[in-house]
Formats: sequence, structure tokens, C-alpha cells
Amino acid sequence: MQAVIKADKLSKHFGHFTAVNKISFEVAPGEIFGFLGANGAGKTTAMRMLCGLSIPTSGTATVAGFDVYKQTEEIKRNIGYMSQKFSLYEDLTVLENIRFYGGIYGLSDRDLQQKSEALITRLNLQNEAKKLVGSLPLGWKQKLSFSVAVLHEPKIVFLDEPTGGVDPVTRRQFWDLIYEVADRGITVFVTTHYMDEAEYCNRVSIMVDGSIEALDTPPKLKQQFSANSMDEVFYELARGAKRSE
Amino acid sequence: MKQFFSFVKKEFYHIWRDKRTMFILLGMPVVQIVIFGFALTNEVKNSQIAILDNAKDEVSSTIITQLDASKYFEIRQNLHSYPEIEKAFEAGKIKMAIVFPQNFSEDLHHLNKAQIQLVADASDPNVANILTNYATAIIGDYQRRINTNTMLPYTIDTETRMLYNPQLKGAYNFVPGVMAMVLLLVCTMMTAITIVKEKEMGTMEIMLVSPMKPIMVIIAKAVPYLLLSIINIASILLLSVYVLEVPINGSIVLLVFESILFTLVSLSLGLLISSGAESQQTAMFISLVALFLPTVMLSGFMFPVENMPLPLRIISNIVPAKWYYSIVKSVMIKGLGLKVIWKETLILTGMMLFFLTLAIRKFKIRLA
Repeated sequence: MQAVIKADKLSKHFGHFTAVNKISFEVAPGEIFGFLGANGAGKTTAMRMLCGLSIPTSGTATVAGFDVYKQTEEIKRNIGYMSQKFSLYEDLTVLENIRFYGGIYGLSDRDLQQKSEALITRLNLQNEAKKLVGSLPLGWKQKLSFSVAVLHEPKIVFLDEPTGGVDPVTRRQFWDLIYEVADRGITVFVTTHYMDEAEYCNRVSIMVDGSIEALDTPPKLKQQFSANSMDEVFYELARGAKRSE
Repeated sequence: MKQFFSFVKKEFYHIWRDKRTMFILLGMPVVQIVIFGFALTNEVKNSQIAILDNAKDEVSSTIITQLDASKYFEIRQNLHSYPEIEKAFEAGKIKMAIVFPQNFSEDLHHLNKAQIQLVADASDPNVANILTNYATAIIGDYQRRINTNTMLPYTIDTETRMLYNPQLKGAYNFVPGVMAMVLLLVCTMMTAITIVKEKEMGTMEIMLVSPMKPIMVIIAKAVPYLLLSIINIASILLLSVYVLEVPINGSIVLLVFESILFTLVSLSLGLLISSGAESQQTAMFISLVALFLPTVMLSGFMFPVENMPLPLRIISNIVPAKWYYSIVKSVMIKGLGLKVIWKETLILTGMMLFFLTLAIRKFKIRLA
């Protein structure tokens, strides 16, 4: 099957500093791809290049079949994005937030109507639809935020540490949502600091000092590093890192 | 276009939900006009004065009656001795004392020369000056009247006409100033704050990853404040015409057009600030210090620019409000047309393009 993300020797330099050093990988449609690395390893820079926010210094990459140098507009139309910072408007209601984000992706009124109803039903937010988002608990906000990021049915959704600061139960529910969208064929590209979450991914890459040091399924990685958990794998790799924040 | 409207709609939700800020934005011009119009006036009206009339004759009492009859003075006290003058000033009740010497009318009629002493509280030099001028004028008036029968050999009469503002109303000066201040505050500060807020919240990142073009994001952020400003322009003009009785002598279309131009300059400045500031506090601080203060000090609204030292006069040229203030005065008060203010208009247009280009370029650099 044709890969939805294809990176080949992708690099980004800031002056003399090499933030991302010749990373190469492919992500298949519907895959949940974990993108791991310590702080300062270059995850965010790599992700920004794939989202069309930052032009690479060298190497090639395509996202949803579009070139990251020239077709950033097309890329933006085909991806969803959710950041570690909470990104809904607290002073807007649940419904207004859904409508707004759908609106900036150019969904038609009828589509918007249908999708927002379906979404509210799916998340059991019927009673909260007209409440301000600021009054919801963090876990709900995050689920809502994620659902809004895939409202326009993107080919790929990028999640930048989506579960920071929520409890394990909510995190588990959050991952149920992730599996659901992956089943619909949406590729999930997720960065995280939680190693239990890394276990949920189909494949995981681990970045150290700007390069990808390991890339495989969690069982194979554990085998490769003769470790019992992803935690040990990560520690084994990250220990050698020279850069940190 | 649909994306754009969704965004503008969202912006209005923000403004509408934050009732307090909204009332401040819409109420500020009203409050400022009222404060400047009625409280902070530097016109001199009904000043309290004291009279020490040592003469107590026909002439002195006629002059006193005339002083009292004018709207500038109100006689608060009749004094009886010199030491009382000082006491009255110390009590802070009077602004000026007028002393008639003994034998006032006798001197006037027999020596053809008499003196009146005006003692003014010059701790506020402008008021003291104005008061003594008014009093001198009233006394001079009386003198001319008693001289009508006798022919003086040579007389030079000065005839003064106060052009554009015959009643010397302070409102003619501050209405343009308040307009500049309010527009600058609403547009620059609010735009800067609201954009920086999106950065702080992380929502700006989402915008940038969305198919919406950065320039559209910027414009959509500015549109609601442009509309708010138009409401403010309207309320200031209505208040000044109907409450303060400041007429709009020139073309109202031109006035509104120029105001929108100034609003656009302020919006671009707000955008520029927002691209540099990382927190809402910084944005507010920069707007206040870098814009608001120079506007008050250097636009000519509070202090005449002509009297400032050369370096300040040069700096004043880069204050957008200075040009706008001069435009509003020309159009609104003097009733002049584009023929006279084309230079100022051109400068403001230039400033707008400059700030806007800079803001957009900085915005792009941040993306790369």
C-alpha cells in the first residue's frame, strides 16, 4: 500500500545547529505511528516540517502525497492537528467550537450540522453542547479537541503530546478514540512521553539528538534491546543523548 | 470566504462573551468625551474673585457690577483691608483680587488717570493670564464708553476675531484628540492583545496548520475591531455635535474616511506589536508606553508641538496621531477639504503600508 508519510533524509538546520538530522521513515495508511524522543531531540521540528509549518533544509518528504517544500497548502487541507497546549476556545460553547473549526476547514453548513450532531452524540455531550468549553473537565476537553481535529476527515492527524496532564482512565478512553479513527483509515502520528502509550502504537520511532535511532513495532523493539518494557527501550537509547533542554 | 466568516464570527463571540471589555471599548469614548467636555476643561468660567473697594464711589461700583455681570467672574467676597487679600488667597477660595484705590473717581476725573490693581493667583500661570486679560478687557470697555464724548487725538483700536472657534471652546481642541486616543487604544492595544492571546493559548498554531492563509487570519482578527472603531467614531461625533456643540464644518464623508484610514494605521501597529510580543502583558505594555504616551504628549493635543525643542519636534513626526489630529482639526473645525490635507493623508497611508508590510513579514519569518 502507498505510504501516506514518506520522509527521506529529511534535515533541518538552524544556523550551525542541526535540529533534525537525515531522518527517513514511512507511515502506512491507518497506522498509529508513535514518534518518541526526549525533550530537545527534534520531534517538534520534524513534526512542524511534516505539517507544512517549516521548510526543511535538505532531504525530501511527502505527506498525503504532497511535497513538503512546494505543496504546503495541499498538505494543510489533508491533515488534522492537535497540540500539547489545549486548543479549543474556552469562551466559546462546545457547539461553537465545533462549528468554528469545521468552518475554517471549509465544511459546508449541512456537513457541519450533521458532523457536529454526530460528534456530540458520540462523546455524550448532549447536555453540554451549549455550555462554554471552559466549564468542562480537562479530559473531556481533550477528547473534544481530538474529535474536532479529525472533524474534516483528514488523511493524517498529528497529535503533539495529546494526553499531557490527564489521568490514566481518561487517557485510556482517549486511546479508544484514537483506535476508532485509525479504523476509519485515518493515519495517526503521535508524540508522547508516556511509555505505556508507546505500547499502544502499531510502530514506534525513537529520536535521539536529531536522528531516528530505532524504528519498529513495540514487541520487536523490546526484543532488539532485550528489554521488558518500552520504558527500558527508551531509557537505553535516551541515556546516550548529549542534547537536552 | 466561508472560512473567513467563520473566523470573524468567532472573533465577535470573544468580544461579546467578555462583557466587561466590551463595555470598556464602547463606553470609553463616551466617558472620555464627557470627562474632557465637562470636567477637564481649561476654559475659564465663573472664576471666584474678591474685591477690595477702597473708593466706594460711582465709577468703582459700575465697574464691579460689570465684572460681576460677565460670565467669567463671580464676586465671592468683598474685602476691607490689604491683609485680607492674602488671607483670601491662602484659603484658596479666590483666583483673583481687584483693588480700587481711594479717590478712584476723583483721580479719574481730575487727573485723567486712575489705577486699578489686579492681583492674580499665578500658581496656575495660564489661568492667571487669562483672568487678568478678561478683567483688563472689561475695564477697557468701560473706559471706551466714558470716552465716547471726548475726542482723543489718536486712537488705535484692535479688533480681534477668533477664527474657527469664536467662543474659544476647549472642545474644539480635544474632540480631535479624544478621537485619536480612543481609536489608537481600541485598535492597537486590543488587536495586539487578542492575537497574542491566541499565541499564548496555542490556538494560533492550529490556525497555522489549517488551510486558512496566515494573512486571512490576521485580517479576520482585525475586522471586528475595525467595526468597533466605526461605532466609536460615530458615538464620538454624535456626542460632540449634540452634547458639546462642536460643529462638523467640513465634509463628514471625508472625516469618516480619514478616521478609517487612521484606524487602519492603528490596526497595523497592533499587528506589528503582536508579532513581536509573546505575552498579553508585554503587548499591553508596549501599546501603552510606545503608543499611548507619545500620542498624548506629542500629537499636539495636550501641548503645542511648535513650542517643543527640536528633537521632540522631529520625533513627533513619527507619531501617527499627530497627523490624524491635524486632519480632524482641519476637516471638522476649519471645514477644509482634501486639497489642504492631502499631505497628512499621504503620510498616514504610507505609515499604514509600512507597518502592515513589516507586520506580515515578521509574521512569516516566525513561521519559517
